[in-house]
Amino acid sequence: MDEQHVATAPAEAVQKLRYYQKGTFTVGNRLVAEEERTVQASTHRSNALTCGHRACQGCGEALGARYAVDAAMRATGNNLIAVNATGCLEVFTTPYPETSWQLPWLHSLFGNAAAVATGVAAAMRVKGKPHVRVLAQGGDGGTTDIGFQCLSGMFERNDDVLYVCYDNEGYMNTGVQRSSATPPAARTATTPALGPEPGNVFGTGKSVPKIAVAHGIPYVATATVADLHDLERKVTKAMSIRGARYIQIDVPCPLGWGAPSQDTILLARLAVECGLYPIFEAEHGVVTHVRKIRRVTPVREYLKRQRRFAHLFRDGRDDPRLARLQAQCDANIREYGLVGPAGEDE
Amino acid sequence: MDHPFAITLDLGTSLVNHTGSWRTLRPEYVTRLPPCNDACPAGEDIQGWLAFAEAGDYEAAWRKLVENNPLPAVMGRVCYHPCENACNRKALDTAVGINSVERFLGDLAIEKGWRFDPPAAASGKRVLVVGAGPSGLSAAYHLARLGHRVTIREAGPMAGGMMRFGIPKYRLPREALDAEIQRIRDLGVEIVLNAKVERLADAMAEGGFDAAFLAVGAHLARRAYIPAGEAARVLDAVQVLRSMEGEEKPLLGRRVIVYGGGNTALDVARTARRLGAEDAVIVYRRTRERMPAHDFEVEEAIEEGVMMKWLSTIRSVEPGAVTVEKMRLDETGFPQPTGEVETLEADTVVLALGQDVDLSLLDGVPGLEVRDGVVQVGPDMMTGAPGVFAGGDMVPSERTVTVAVGHGKKAARRIDAWLRGESAPPARRHDIATADTLNTWYYGEAPKTLRPVLAMAARTSTFEEVVKGLDATNALYEARRCLSCGNCFECDNCYGVCPDNAVVKLGPGKGFAFNYDFCKGCGMCAAECPCGAIAMAPEEI
Repeated sequence: MDEQHVATAPAEAVQKLRYYQKGTFTVGNRLVAEEERTVQASTHRSNALTCGHRACQGCGEALGARYAVDAAMRATGNNLIAVNATGCLEVFTTPYPETSWQLPWLHSLFGNAAAVATGVAAAMRVKGKPHVRVLAQGGDGGTTDIGFQCLSGMFERNDDVLYVCYDNEGYMNTGVQRSSATPPAARTATTPALGPEPGNVFGTGKSVPKIAVAHGIPYVATATVADLHDLERKVTKAMSIRGARYIQIDVPCPLGWGAPSQDTILLARLAVECGLYPIFEAEHGVVTHVRKIRRVTPVREYLKRQRRFAHLFRDGRDDPRLARLQAQCDANIREYGLVGPAGEDE
Repeated sequence: MDHPFAITLDLGTSLVNHTGSWRTLRPEYVTRLPPCNDACPAGEDIQGWLAFAEAGDYEAAWRKLVENNPLPAVMGRVCYHPCENACNRKALDTAVGINSVERFLGDLAIEKGWRFDPPAAASGKRVLVVGAGPSGLSAAYHLARLGHRVTIREAGPMAGGMMRFGIPKYRLPREALDAEIQRIRDLGVEIVLNAKVERLADAMAEGGFDAAFLAVGAHLARRAYIPAGEAARVLDAVQVLRSMEGEEKPLLGRRVIVYGGGNTALDVARTARRLGAEDAVIVYRRTRERMPAHDFEVEEAIEEGVMMKWLSTIRSVEPGAVTVEKMRLDETGFPQPTGEVETLEADTVVLALGQDVDLSLLDGVPGLEVRDGVVQVGPDMMTGAPGVFAGGDMVPSERTVTVAVGHGKKAARRIDAWLRGESAPPARRHDIATADTLNTWYYGEAPKTLRPVLAMAARTSTFEEVVKGLDATNALYEARRCLSCGNCFECDNCYGVCPDNAVVKLGPGKGFAFNYDFCKGCGMCAAECPCGAIAMAPEEI
């Protein structure tokens, strides 16, 4: 696959830079050279997802989508076509006849975004425009459940598509139903907080990033709206590679998770800091980089801010399932080595 | 219009959909007062000058600094930096080393020969300043910048007041002091030395002055009645420190006892060590916790071998010895005698029991109120006599250089308003940028840079400066540790985190604006603003 690497990602320098003073983790920083700032700090960002969309207040998915698509457009010189699965992102951006997208954008069915994207990539190749790249995107429902078969096919054929999954852990658009990405114990419309074991079951879990790694595709990464520098670096790196790529971004949903709209980034940050959402990247089936936890936080700090987990804390009781969730975090921390010297990159 | 099959409407953009109508809370850019600025007795805009320093523009930083304080090289050495005690960064690691950056800027300005901006247009008014100490110099500087003609009359042979005759050289090298005083002279301030004002009314009439600022300080040593034999050598601290500036250094002997618990007592004891005293003992009637001296000065003195005798008073002084009585603290914390005595060998006893103000120049000035030995002033620094203002150690206050400089500035602004016949503008203060208004996630870990300290051998034998300065690289690092509390530093967070692109970036130095057509009021910008420069206000519906 090495010959398919186009170039080393120019944004790598951003990660190496030590902003030890002010604005270390901020979107921009007036003290840092222009070319080392994020795409989002630039007034020239494409705003691929522009104003007037109908996402809820504080929507993590709207934010994550603009972060990812703007970075991909910058990386490809705006030669980008997006294919969207059905879901919140599709519905709130394109109520007929309006659109919030400022790039060529297609929507077909709930479950076939990966297949349609494969087709668009093939069409570009046939038309002699291999520089026009394809980004497929969807929510966790359209990716981990309904679109899973098409996605696996796209991986296995190593089609030249970057698939971005905005993971808000449920079917939020249709009224907050459970998906295979919904965490254990979370209350949804289909897993009510009733009975002896309220909320979602402690199932076996389904990590699509791990499944993607198992396909041995050139690039897999997880990311979060709470770390823009990391997210943009990963999208840029993905666009420098040919073949099937997969990025899954944690995008909190104020409505579905039952959290104040201003807490979206805080929740995304806590999900990483407690170890519940490991942030890593893998190339050709091997994990190559892990984003270390900066301030290790107990999982309850993350859970207690969300009404979907309120039943775990009801009447001041110490639900034994809190310990199970904490154990999951601890297992992630061990498996990925999430705790270690801060800022050790690659 | 031609549409494809089954399409009836023209394609439109979501920009027609003004989602701002959803909003119930409205984000607004605000400025909050950083706690350092709030705590600064000289009223410096610390966050303001650090913002220039962290961009590496040291001259702009210095110019911003001297808008409020003309003595940064002095201040960077002798200020007790209440700003650092108030610094929000303490909750993260350690306070920003504001004092050391200030000194760096002050020294750099001297090295580069930066001069003050020339005064505004001349007002035609004349102001007399009595006393060339920190308060008088500060007032003169600000008055001159406001366009008034200023004459300072100083009783002593050199300008500087207690900065020269009270603070030892190892804390404030005279080169720095001289350079900063000369710069004020260069601004057009006339300083007349050896010109004590005997009667204020006469001096004002003779010189045709329109207003006066009094800052004569507190130079009279307070005495205590202690029975002393004829041959006993008892000096006072003011006398000892003053004579350090002359040709004849005071002869203190090998064993020196200093009586008192303030900073002056420590200055004398440390001076005695440097003059060759083997024993320098501080006798103080209360405990260390109750000492008015600053903690770091006590530490430095102990490091240099100064000994402390807590809970003790001097009963009598004989030639070569003193009798000391042990004290105990009663329930109210007041020291009470125990009757237990001991004898300490001493060649010299130095009394450092506080200082009083020489108020003789005020004779014949009507309306002045003197209480507890100090002149009473209003919030505008004006005494009971119209046009006569006062500040520094001669008015009720904490007696530090920084407070004095602050008095000078405040008085100068009020004098200016008074001369123009305006009432003083109401002071508008922003809400304080407390720690809970910040989102400190966004600040990286960066502990404070410690200033190098002179080797111990030199500290007990020479008057070389004990605490050294920062250099350009670590001063920059230190300046960049500032969190910019309550003041936007253009980190682009609000611009980046808005899910609705409703933040408009106006360009470098211009900040940001909200596009209320599309802002849904989610509050993410405010929650993720590192420095608390965005507030959410209820929308009027």
